[in-house]
Amino acid sequence: MSELFHRKIERTAIGFVVAIIAAASVGGIVEIAPLFTIPDTVEEAPDMRLYTPLELAGRDIYVREGCYACHSQMIRTLSDEVERYGPYSLAVESKYDHPMLWGSKRTGPDLARVGGKYSDFWHVAHLSNPRDVVPESNMPAYAFLARTPLRMDDLGLRLAALRAVGVPYTDDMIENAAADAYGQATPDSSYSEGVTGRYGEKTQISAFDGVTTNVTEMDALVAYLQVLGRLTDVAYGRTAASEQAPDPDQ
Amino acid sequence: MIAQLTSSERQYSAVILILLLMAGIAMAALGKADALGVQGVIVLLYSGVLLAFVLSSIDKPEPSEDRQANYYDDPIKVGIVLSMVWAVFGMFMGVWVAAQLAWPNLAFDAAWSTFGRMRPAHTTGVIFGFGGNALIATSFHVVQRTSRTRLAGQLSPWFVLMGYNLFCLLAVSGYFIGITQSKEYAEAEWYADLWLVIVWVTYLVLYIRTLARRKEPHIYVANWYFMAFIVVVAMLHIVNNLAVPVSWGHAKSYTIWPGVQDAMVQWWYGHNAVAFFLTAGFLGMMYYYLPKRAGRPIFSYRLSILSFWGITFFYMWAGSHHLHYTALPHWVQNLGMTFSVMLLVPSWASAGNALLTLNGAWHKVRDDATLRFMMVAAVFYGLSTFEGSFLAIRPVNSLSHYTDWTVGHVHAGALGWVALITFGSLYTLVPALWKRERMYSAALVEVHFWLALAGTLIYVFAMWNSGIIQGLMWRTYTEDNALAYSFVDSLLAMYPYYIARAFGGLLFLLGTIVGCYNIWMTVRMAPVTAQDHADLPDRRAAPGIAPSPAE
Ligand code: HEC
Ligand code: HEM
Ligand code: HEM
Repeated sequence: MSELFHRKIERTAIGFVVAIIAAASVGGIVEIAPLFTIPDTVEEAPDMRLYTPLELAGRDIYVREGCYACHSQMIRTLSDEVERYGPYSLAVESKYDHPMLWGSKRTGPDLARVGGKYSDFWHVAHLSNPRDVVPESNMPAYAFLARTPLRMDDLGLRLAALRAVGVPYTDDMIENAAADAYGQATPDSSYSEGVTGRYGEKTQISAFDGVTTNVTEMDALVAYLQVLGRLTDVAYGRTAASEQAPDPDQ
Repeated sequence: MIAQLTSSERQYSAVILILLLMAGIAMAALGKADALGVQGVIVLLYSGVLLAFVLSSIDKPEPSEDRQANYYDDPIKVGIVLSMVWAVFGMFMGVWVAAQLAWPNLAFDAAWSTFGRMRPAHTTGVIFGFGGNALIATSFHVVQRTSRTRLAGQLSPWFVLMGYNLFCLLAVSGYFIGITQSKEYAEAEWYADLWLVIVWVTYLVLYIRTLARRKEPHIYVANWYFMAFIVVVAMLHIVNNLAVPVSWGHAKSYTIWPGVQDAMVQWWYGHNAVAFFLTAGFLGMMYYYLPKRAGRPIFSYRLSILSFWGITFFYMWAGSHHLHYTALPHWVQNLGMTFSVMLLVPSWASAGNALLTLNGAWHKVRDDATLRFMMVAAVFYGLSTFEGSFLAIRPVNSLSHYTDWTVGHVHAGALGWVALITFGSLYTLVPALWKRERMYSAALVEVHFWLALAGTLIYVFAMWNSGIIQGLMWRTYTEDNALAYSFVDSLLAMYPYYIARAFGGLLFLLGTIVGCYNIWMTVRMAPVTAQDHADLPDRRAAPGIAPSPAE
């Protein structure tokens, strides 16, 4: 009987295509649509802040360089991972991430909570040549980042594009994007105050790569690495391990 | 190439190329402050070269009236050549990135040659360049032979083939200069994605129109798989790549999907790229070339139906097994695990169907390396799907995820299944298509076979070892309940395996180069002239030439 039925669809190309579309659509619809409607898919995090323009530029560099090919940003709910990397990752922590960078391969360690683990200086030395810092490392050297000035004129456009996909950047933030990027990498400049005003007191203002005369891609990437896992503290309240968010000033 | 087009078709192709050229100029102008400009120049050069070629032969004699009475094989031939070129490139990149993991200084302080930029060049090069071109070429061949009709378009096959290669070129060149969406297997940016949609819809329409002209009442099994490949890849591609560009002058875009939803969409895509690109399409190849080479009908028609609809339905649920123990809700993880385990049934139905088809032809498998390529491919297909279903079980995945075990599974499928079935099919197809009696050298096919098999085994065993060791080291505790190994300890343990893997990959690459040489020499051989070999749409093929299901 069913074989006869199949003999029939086999006779029309369009019918076959429609059958394929029908069979192939179910799984995706059932698994994806509810993620938008079931409320506890993404937790609440009232203290969550947005990436600053400089951090966002760093994130875009992280994407561009394919750091995600070796580093995950997703601590699984397994005790050894929590012990090694910190509280397991929550969905809300990547709610402003377009795209998410959870990764699928750990050639290097997880970076979900690397923010604050090392000094800016350590990151710059490590990125410039990882083997100077960790001789056994097989991570590529990214010395060219410190030689490349950061493009800042289009940061406003980037923020605006993200707003179009749902990240709540304000007009004020979009207008001041370039100035904020400059201000965050140039402490004591007249632009720095605007950054903490718009993104919160905890925002790290620093001469990330140690040079204040120009803003490089290294500044942006280090700013991003330093904020990983620190946009919100909710994860620390959740896990059994009673760890505190690392304090950058220590 | 151009000889089979009428002069109005040649003019159409010139118009299309001029439009493309203008699009390239527009991209170069709008994106001059951005990497997009470079991509514009690539579009411009690509269409310019093709345009020069078309214009230079626009006055050649018209094709003969009876072209409809022949199969349309020129695009297939070009597709095969492109596929082999991409194979060498992609596998060379594979060996290079493998070597970089063992000897990191092989990146020479340049940006373009760092691991993160070259790895997608490897995956795109092999999956889309090598695999995609092979799929387009063989699907054009299979659909014509099993429908006993010529392709339904004259220009559209070229548009599909050359358009697709433009997509691959944009994608790969983009990674080197830092253009990527970071979504695995969907790294190409928005403009390339849009272009692929146009190409792919043309492909689908061409395929359906050709099937509609068939002279057989039924659509042969291989075509079901090719259709599923074309249709579902279109669905996946469009949904996963929805994005907002920074501006018309920027290559960069941001996906519309946020965080956890993005993870689900990405792996719904990613796993089904495996299912409908790396599996369905290649099963289409298998269902045609394996019975053909063995000279036996497919073992069971019922198993084909079961397997086809099982794969089409179940696979789409399985993507969440890439996200076990993550912030994705549990119910989705469990659905993914359940369906992945059930997937073993239709997967083994296909692998079994292939192997049972060989019953009664085992002596041929022993003597004919081409058939052996396909036989071993079916075994690896069975193996990697078994492994996949196993890895999808949550506790197993807690060990394997993030480690080289995944990479081992990937290459058991990619080398053992995808590449071997392709080589077996090409060695069957090339002599038939160029009307040569056989491949230039059977001994070189044999050499290729053993290099490929040895390379695959070394690669896969190295990665199984390193993956399991890595996973165990990460979770080992000392007696006083502290983690026993630092991350760097586990990294150090990997180096011997990284070296072994690079060596295995090198063997595999050498095999591919041998294959290229053999194909090239076959093309240069003298054709057979005997008319009884004629392979024409209106002639009923001799039994055994066109495979058909038993029962
Ligand atoms: C070839 C794989 C690879 C790539 C690509 C890679 N890394 Fe790494 N990374 C490693 C390895 C291995 C380690 C561990 C050894 C070390 O510290 O160098 C590491 C360590 C790190 C650490 C220190 C983590 C810790 O907790 O100690 C940071 C931060 C880091 N990488 C950032 C990056 C960034 C940013 C990029 C992209 C620009 C990147 N990595 C690209 C392999 C890689
Ligand atoms: C010459 C042979 C090959 C070599 C040496 C090789 C090497 C590699 C290496 C080193 C990686 C990166 C692994 C990592 O990040 O740790 C990789 C990834 C990958 N390769 Fe290959 N490869 C080869 C052939 C192929 C072929 C033929 C295919 C597909 C048809 C393929 C598909 C992939 C895929 C899909 C990945 C990504 C895996 C993942 O994300 O888990 N490779 N390969
Ligand atoms: C029944 C069939 C299969 C199942 C259930 C399956 C399951 C899995 C699982 C569980 C993973 C690991 C995910 C993770 O931990 O990150 C995986 C990864 C992968 N599999 Fe399979 N697999 C199957 C068949 C195949 C085949 C035939 C191929 C062909 C090449 C393949 C290619 C891949 C690739 C490329 C990845 C890596 C994705 C990434 O992380 O980038 N799989 N698969």
